[in-house]
Amino acid sequence: MKFSLSWLKDHLDTSASVEEIAAKLNAVGLEVEGIEDPAAKLAGFKVAKVLTAERHPNADKLQVLTVDTGDGQPLQVVCGAPNARAGLVGVLGLPGAVVPAGGFELKKSAIRGVESNGMMCSTRELELGDDHDGIIELPADAPVGTAFADYHGTDPVFDVAITPNRPDCMGVYGIARDLAAAGLGTLKPIAVQAVPGSFPCPLPIRTDDPEGCPAFFGRAIRGVKNGTSPQWLQDRLLSAGQRPISALVDITNYVMLAYGRPAHAYDLAKLSGAIFARRAVDGESCLALNGKEYTLTSAMTVIADDAGVHDIAGIMGGEHSGCSDETTDVLLEVAYFDPVRIGETGRALNLTSDARARFERGVDPAFLDAGLAILTELIVEICGGEPSEVIQAGNPPAGTKVVAYDPAMSEGLGGVAIPGDRQREILAALGFHADAQWNVTVPSWRPDVDGAADLVEEVVRIHGLDNVASVALPRVDGVARPTATPAQKLERKLRRAAAARGLNEAVTWSFLPEAEAEAFADGNGGLWTLANPISEDLKVMRPSLLPGLLSAAKRNSDRGAAGLRLFELGRRYLRGTSGHSDERLTLGAVLAGEKTPRGWATGKAATFDAFDAKAEALALLAEAGAPVDNLQVMGEAGAQFHPGQSATLRLGPKTVLARFGMLHPALLKQFDVDGPVAAIELFLDGIPAKRGAAGFARAAYAPPALQAVTRDFAFLVDSQLPAGDLVRAVKGADKANIVAVRLFDDFRGQGVPDGQKSLAVEVTLQPAEKSYTEAELKGIAEAITAAAAKLGAVLRG
Amino acid sequence: MDYASTREEALARIAAAQDLDALEALRIEFLGKQGSISGLLKTLGAMSPEDRQTVGPQIHALREGVTEALAARKAGLEAAVLEARLANETVDLTLPAPDAPRGSVHPVSQVMDELAEIFADLGFAVATGPEIEDDWHNFTALNIPESHPARAMHDTFYFPDKDAEGRAMLLRTHTSPVQIRAMIEQGAPIRIIAPGRVYRSDSDATHTPMFHQVEGMVIDRGIHLGHLKWTLETFLKAFFERDDIVLRLRPSYFPFTEPSVEVDVGFALVGGKRVLGGSGDAPGHGWMELLGSGMMNRKVIAAGGLDPDEWQGFAFGVGVDRLAMLKYGMDDLRAFFDGDARWLSHYGFNPNDVPTLSGGVGTAA
Repeated sequence: MKFSLSWLKDHLDTSASVEEIAAKLNAVGLEVEGIEDPAAKLAGFKVAKVLTAERHPNADKLQVLTVDTGDGQPLQVVCGAPNARAGLVGVLGLPGAVVPAGGFELKKSAIRGVESNGMMCSTRELELGDDHDGIIELPADAPVGTAFADYHGTDPVFDVAITPNRPDCMGVYGIARDLAAAGLGTLKPIAVQAVPGSFPCPLPIRTDDPEGCPAFFGRAIRGVKNGTSPQWLQDRLLSAGQRPISALVDITNYVMLAYGRPAHAYDLAKLSGAIFARRAVDGESCLALNGKEYTLTSAMTVIADDAGVHDIAGIMGGEHSGCSDETTDVLLEVAYFDPVRIGETGRALNLTSDARARFERGVDPAFLDAGLAILTELIVEICGGEPSEVIQAGNPPAGTKVVAYDPAMSEGLGGVAIPGDRQREILAALGFHADAQWNVTVPSWRPDVDGAADLVEEVVRIHGLDNVASVALPRVDGVARPTATPAQKLERKLRRAAAARGLNEAVTWSFLPEAEAEAFADGNGGLWTLANPISEDLKVMRPSLLPGLLSAAKRNSDRGAAGLRLFELGRRYLRGTSGHSDERLTLGAVLAGEKTPRGWATGKAATFDAFDAKAEALALLAEAGAPVDNLQVMGEAGAQFHPGQSATLRLGPKTVLARFGMLHPALLKQFDVDGPVAAIELFLDGIPAKRGAAGFARAAYAPPALQAVTRDFAFLVDSQLPAGDLVRAVKGADKANIVAVRLFDDFRGQGVPDGQKSLAVEVTLQPAEKSYTEAELKGIAEAITAAAAKLGAVLRG
Repeated sequence: MDYASTREEALARIAAAQDLDALEALRIEFLGKQGSISGLLKTLGAMSPEDRQTVGPQIHALREGVTEALAARKAGLEAAVLEARLANETVDLTLPAPDAPRGSVHPVSQVMDELAEIFADLGFAVATGPEIEDDWHNFTALNIPESHPARAMHDTFYFPDKDAEGRAMLLRTHTSPVQIRAMIEQGAPIRIIAPGRVYRSDSDATHTPMFHQVEGMVIDRGIHLGHLKWTLETFLKAFFERDDIVLRLRPSYFPFTEPSVEVDVGFALVGGKRVLGGSGDAPGHGWMELLGSGMMNRKVIAAGGLDPDEWQGFAFGVGVDRLAMLKYGMDDLRAFFDGDARWLSHYGFNPNDVPTLSGGVGTAA
C-alpha cells in the first residue's frame, strides 16, 4: 500500500519527520518496504527562464537557447522541444543531474557542433506525468533559480506492506489511526455529511443473494460531468501508484485507498430495470474492466440488472456499464460482500483486484452509509450533479464482538507488564472499549480480533515490542542431554563417511520431469505427480535419488568435468497407506567418467567400474551399521542397470539394502549422459536396528593364543558359477576352524578347459587350544574340497 | 717371529680389499681353520709356560687387531655397497603422488548439523515429518482454514490425490506441520526444532520452488514473548558466533501465532556483502528480515491435542539456505541445488569439520 506524506496528513495531525513516521510504522507492524523521496530524484533540476531562442545552425528541429538560472550567468542549452521559446519558465537539468526517466546522467556536451550545458525537461522525463510533447511550462512568476524540488513541493511516498489480518489499514485513514494510537499525532475525525437526495432513486436496488451480499446500498446522481480529475486527486492516486482514469473512477478509487472502502459507479444509462445482487448462473459470463471475459458459476455472486451481469461482485466491474466521458448519470454501489465468497470466487477465476483484497479480508460493515456519503459529496463537488435518495437493501453484519480480557496477559503472554490504565488507553485509541470488568468491545473494522491473545498483541505492539525484555528459557541442570535419534545419528555419520570417501554431497530437486521419474518408477505403487507443477521439469516426486544425480552428472560433464563422485542423502517418495506418502531415507551416488586420470605411473585414465560401486555400497552400508558380512550379492538391481554388471545386496532373500552397478546404456542415452556411469543406491530404511541395550563397553579383548594358518586352494569350476557361491561353500565347510576365505584369483585361458575358470581362495584357519596336526589339516582340506565339489568344483592338482 | 710386521702386512692387505668377497678370502686366510693366525694360536699349546707368557699376548693381540680390522673393513665395504645401491634407487619426488579424491558435505547439511548442536544445548530435539502432507496438517490445524486469504500467501503445490480422510495432499509449504505432529506424538512440555525441505510455487533470483526451513517450537507453562526473544538472540549469537547480533522485533501476522513477531537482524555492508552484527540503525548498517515467529495461537495448541489454558508456547521459522548464505557468503540460492562439483568443492565442508560447541559450531574459511 502506497501513500504520500501529505495524504497521511489529511488524516493525521503530526509534525513527525518522515524517518520518525517510518520507524513508528515498522514498530506497530506496518512494515515499510520503501520510502520514495521525489526530492532526491529531482536533485540538480532548477527553475529556469529561457531568455533567447535561436534556430540551431546545423539542425532544423533544434533550437539554441540561452537560459537564466538565477545566478546572472545565462547558460547555452540546445533544445528540441517545439514549445521552447524566449520568455518560457521551465525546468533545467544541469550537468550531473540524473534524469528520473531513463536514469542517465546529464553531461555538458556538443549537439551538432553547438555546446549544450543541460537539458530543458518534459514532465515525462521527470516522471511527473505522461506529457512529452514539449518541455514543462511553469507560471511566469515561478522563482527562477530555485531548486525545482522545492518549487514543485516534494511529497515523500511510503510503501507499506499490510498483513492480511489488517483490512482496516488498507486505507490511509486506518494507518493514521494506528500511528495516532502509537503517539505520533492526533487522528482527524472523518468529516461525513449526509447528502440528502432530491429525488427517488430511479432504479430499484435489492439483494437476491443475502448470503453473498448481505447489504447493497446505492443511489443515483444525475447530471454529472465526467472528465479529468483535479490535480490534488491525481496526485493522491499517483502517489498510490494508480493511474488517474476519469473523475468518477478516480473518486471511487480514492475512497477505497483513503478509507479501505471499495465502491463502484455504473453508467446509469447502460442499466435497465432493477439492479441487484444475485448468484451467477452456471456458464454465464462477464467481460470485466480488465478486458477479459470470465465464465461464472452459481457459487459466485454478481451484480446484475434485468438484462445481465454487470459486475463480478466485490472483485471487478464490467466493461459494459463502466463510466466513460459521456456518462451523465451514475449509479453508486456501496455493498458488503461475504469475505469467504469473495475469496473463493477470486481464486476460482484467478482474478485479483484491490477491491477483492479488501472484501476478502473484511471491510468495515459499519462504514456503508459513511462511504456512500463521502463518495456522493466528492462526486457532486468535482463532477456536479444531483443525488437521489439512498436505497439500503439488506443489512450488513453487526461486526461487533466482545472479548473477555485480563490485563495480566500482557505480561503472561506478551512478556511485558503494562499498567491497566495504559492498556485501556491504548485500546481506546485503536477504537476498542474496555469496560470495568475488562470486557472489550472490538471495533467493526477489526475482523481479525477475536480473542484475548489478539488484544495482547494490540497492547504490546503499540506499547512497543522493544520493551519486551529477553528472559532465558529454564534449562535442565548439568550438561545438555543428547537429543539425536538413532536414525538421525545414522544419517549424520553416513553423510560424513561418504564425504570422507571422496564423494561430494549434492542436494537435488525432490521433483523430476515425468519421463525421468517414470524411468525409475519400478514397484513403488505409483508416482506422486503434482497437479500444478511450476514447470514440466519439476513435476513428479522422485522415486529414486539416482535420476537427479544423473542429471547433475550430465551438467557437470557438460561443464567439462572429467570425473565425478556425487552423492545425496535424502528421501525418495513412495506410496504409503491410507493415501499418505511413504518417504524413505536413501543414499544415492553416481561415479561418472574418470576414476583416475592418466598418470605417469598408472598410464591411461581409468574409468569407474561396477566394483567401484560395490566397494562404495559395502563401505557405506558398514558405516550405516548394516551387517555387511551377512549380505548376499543377488541380481535384480532393476531395469535402469546394466543387466550383467549390477547387483543387489540383500539381508536374506527379501530385504534389499542396496543396489549398485553400471547404469544401462539405454538409460544413459535417455538422460543424454556419456557413459559409462556407476551408481549406488542404499535403502537405509531396510537396515535393522541394533538389538539390545546400547552400552559403551566393548566386548573383552581375547586374541587367539595360537597363530592362524593359511592354505590356498584352486578349483576348476563352471565359468558361470558366481565366485561368491564358491566362497560361501568353502566358508561353510568347517565353521569351527575357517575364520576367513578370500578369493584372490579368477583365471581363464591356458591350462583351463573351455567353459571353465580357475578360482583360487586363501583360507584362514584359526587353531583354538593346540596347533593343527597334519591329519587335522588334511581333514579340513578334504572338507573344503568336498563342499566345493557340491558346486561342481574340482581341486586343481 | 716378528708379529708386528705380520700385523702390519695383514692390516695393509685388509685395507686394500676391494670387495666383500676379497675380504672374506682374507678372513679365511688369516682366521679360518687353516688360517695363518689360527695356526699361530695352535702353537701356544706346545710352548713352555714362560714362552707362552711372552708370546701369547702378542699372538692374541695380532688376532684381535686383524679381527677388528676385518670387521671395520666389512662395515665400510657394506656401507659403500648400500650407498651405491641407494644412489641407483633415486626417484624424482617432484613427480606427482597419487591423488585421493576429496569429498565434501553440502552447506545445507552442515548448517543443519550446526543448528542441531546449538539447539541441543538449549534442550531442543530434532523432529521430522512428511514432506508430502495433507492440508489439515499444513493449513487447517495451523489456523489457516480453507477460505483464509493466508492460504494464498503460500504458493502451494498440490497433488490430485486425497488421503483416506478426504484431505487434499500437497507439498508442505513450511515446516510448521511438524509442530502439530510433534505435539500429538509427544505432548507437552516439548522443545523441538524441525529442519527440512519445503516447497512453494515460486521461482526467481532469490526464490526456488524447493528450499529448506527450520522450525522451532517450545511449549511449557508460562512461556511468553520474552522467552522467544531470548531464544532467538541466543541462537543467532551462537550460530553466527558474534555477541553483537542485534534483533529488531516487529509485530506481524501469521495465522498460527498470536501475537506474531517478525524478526529483523542488524547488518553492516562490508565489501558489498551483508555482515550480521550491530544495530541496523547504526551508520552504514541496515535491518534485514530473517525470521517469522510468535506465541502459538490457542487454536494451534488445541489442534495438537493440548489444553491451551494450561500450555503456552512459541514457534519460529527461518530459512536454512538463507542462514547458510549469510554465514558462509554464497549469493545464489539456485546454485545450492545444481550439484555442480566445483561449487560443492568450493562451498562444501570437510567431513571432519563436525560442528561442536567446544570448537565453535562454525567452520572458519
